[in-house]
Amino acid sequence: MKYLTEFRNGEIAQRMAREIHQVATRPWKIMEVCGGQTHSIIRNGIDQMLPAGIEMIHGPGCPVCVTPLELIDRALAIAAQPGVIFCSFGDMLRVPGTDRDLFQVKGAGGDVRVVYSPLDAVDLAAKNPDKQVVFFGVGFETTAPANAMSVHLAKRRGLTNFSLLVSHVLVPPAIEAILNSPGNTVQGFLLAGHVCSVMGYWEYPPLAGKYKIPLVVTGFEPLDLLDGIRRCVLQLEAGKHEVENAYERVVTFDGNQAAQKLLAEVFEVTDRAWRGIGVIPRSGWRLSEAYREFDAEERFHIAGIHTEESPLCRAGDVLRGAIKPAECSAFGKQCTPRHPLGATMVSSEGACAAYYNYGRFISAEELAGAGAALSGAAHG
Amino acid sequence: MAEIVKEEERAAVDFNNWSCPLPLADYPTIVMGHGGGGKLGNELVEHLFLPAFRNAALENLGDAAVLDLPAGRLAMSTDSFVVQPLFFPGGSIGELAVNGTVNDLAVSGAEPKYLSASFILEEGFPLNQLAAIVTAMAAAAATAGVQIVTGDTKVVERGHGDGCYINTAGVGALRPGINVGPHRAQAGDAILVSGTIGDHGMAIMSVREGLEFESQIRSDCAALNGLIADVLAAVGPAVHAMRDPTRGGLASTLNEIAGSSGVGVEIDEMALPVREEVRSACELLGLDPVYVANEGKVVFFVAPEAAPDVLRVLRAHPLGRNAARIGHVTAQHPRMLVARTAMGANRVIPTQIGEQLPRIC
Repeated sequence: MKYLTEFRNGEIAQRMAREIHQVATRPWKIMEVCGGQTHSIIRNGIDQMLPAGIEMIHGPGCPVCVTPLELIDRALAIAAQPGVIFCSFGDMLRVPGTDRDLFQVKGAGGDVRVVYSPLDAVDLAAKNPDKQVVFFGVGFETTAPANAMSVHLAKRRGLTNFSLLVSHVLVPPAIEAILNSPGNTVQGFLLAGHVCSVMGYWEYPPLAGKYKIPLVVTGFEPLDLLDGIRRCVLQLEAGKHEVENAYERVVTFDGNQAAQKLLAEVFEVTDRAWRGIGVIPRSGWRLSEAYREFDAEERFHIAGIHTEESPLCRAGDVLRGAIKPAECSAFGKQCTPRHPLGATMVSSEGACAAYYNYGRFISAEELAGAGAALSGAAHG
Repeated sequence: MAEIVKEEERAAVDFNNWSCPLPLADYPTIVMGHGGGGKLGNELVEHLFLPAFRNAALENLGDAAVLDLPAGRLAMSTDSFVVQPLFFPGGSIGELAVNGTVNDLAVSGAEPKYLSASFILEEGFPLNQLAAIVTAMAAAAATAGVQIVTGDTKVVERGHGDGCYINTAGVGALRPGINVGPHRAQAGDAILVSGTIGDHGMAIMSVREGLEFESQIRSDCAALNGLIADVLAAVGPAVHAMRDPTRGGLASTLNEIAGSSGVGVEIDEMALPVREEVRSACELLGLDPVYVANEGKVVFFVAPEAAPDVLRVLRAHPLGRNAARIGHVTAQHPRMLVARTAMGANRVIPTQIGEQLPRIC
């Protein structure tokens, strides 16, 4: 498959890993910002290919994980209302609110639908004028243009029964918050390739200069990740702190300007609460004044939301990169993908779910044994 | 959205070449009376089910079919079919209902013989669609070499069903000397799959969700009894376990057998046969083809020395051309499925909790 299998070549991967082994003389801690990258690193075992001193720290870039519980409870309350068609991307359905999830709302009679594009929700609104259609618009800069387009179109089509429950979050302020947090150990970042495909990377040189850290725009396939890590290690070893683009086939410096123009029209910057991390100033987008009428929070005045986080869950520490999922006492015990205590265990991009699903709870010896047996087998 | 797409899908089905034997002018759609014991119900039997399924056991129209079976052990299985949309690229609920039960019997080592077919129809369901489904069932039964010998029809009020649900049950005669089961996989067994994985699930998803891919993905829906008979004829008792990886996909089937047999299963991700278009669609939606449903594939656990013969027999059959040896059974990490990735790392593939959900980005 063009642009996919080429970036999954095992031999080239081994060669790139060897190069990292050769250039790394000291231990370094590198954070991949995006949950998609975490997923790919763990699924492909990239972290196992690195020198012992190079530690990948998993960042907060999983939209499902950082969406505040309070907003999920609000979504559940709206979805349960009669006359509402509540639309969401698939992986929000299983995220538990304080006492239920969207699947349970659906089971109890709520009209909850999975859509693949917010524009499908706009069409749904046009076809169901007697219903209120709400789209749950969460995510980073990556999903924002399509969400912006949905309200833009709804406004142009004069739809009064479409609204967006929006909780967009932004990468640069999150990186700055991590760098400012006491006890931060991250020395370099892999920037989220898809976020940069929209936004470009013009926002990052000031960060690299201010905090003297290398920032490498990185893709999601195994070779992309290894290349990003390699470039980051090379900079660290050379004492450099530049913004570098290791995802040139997708990302340009300026990014998608048409999308940025639309985003500037539809959204405005706001303070946002990040689940497990807390409020980060100017770290999100909300609908601008011109589009406020499409804000589901304004349209449905939901009162009396009482949220309660599990006292055992340490998702916040995981999201800040302070601990690895398996270091949480509830990991794999009270907290599993079936009974998640926090969102990092729910989303397939959440660090805890990635660790659990790819078997990072079994001992290294067991896995090594499996590998030896497997590589010794003949395959027809 | 699902509702809208479904209607379009129904309208898109081409019934031009089909002529309805029913007095369509009276009732072009199912009415409550079709499920009662009266004249309308009889018309459905006489003009639709009987001509389509015609065989001696059915024609008695008794309360039960009376069957001739060889002496020895019988296998029996039942399955209900609620797929949406009812018609999809590569098949319909009709083929699924026949092949699903045929395959469940076949992977148990039995030769499928007779099926029952029960329909739960929603008031207002177009008769020409029912006829198309019944015609598809008759063709599938003929291909599989089984007879539909008894049946039932009930009608539920509009809004209480999803057009058409079908239940089939089936019996088959177990071959002497064959003793397969999910608990019989042994360390050292070779694991083979009869062809590409994920075709059915992605075919359904592409029409259900209104997703358009460059090339159409077709369901692999097929009866596997012929293919399995060839394998059993060639290597017989060397086959320890077989299963058709339907819902939950290959990963669920391998995990189930690992669990039932108390063994570890190891597969090589690079060896898994996956069509390019299925792989692309899965990538796009953030799905893993090992969890996507199949309706015309079977996984074999066989003694390692028989593996080359099994592969040869499979590839000689039209349904097994893309067969591949994908892994083996080990005494290590019991009840766990481990895959070796292209990068040379190992990952555990757990059983899914529910449906796979497309990711946000």
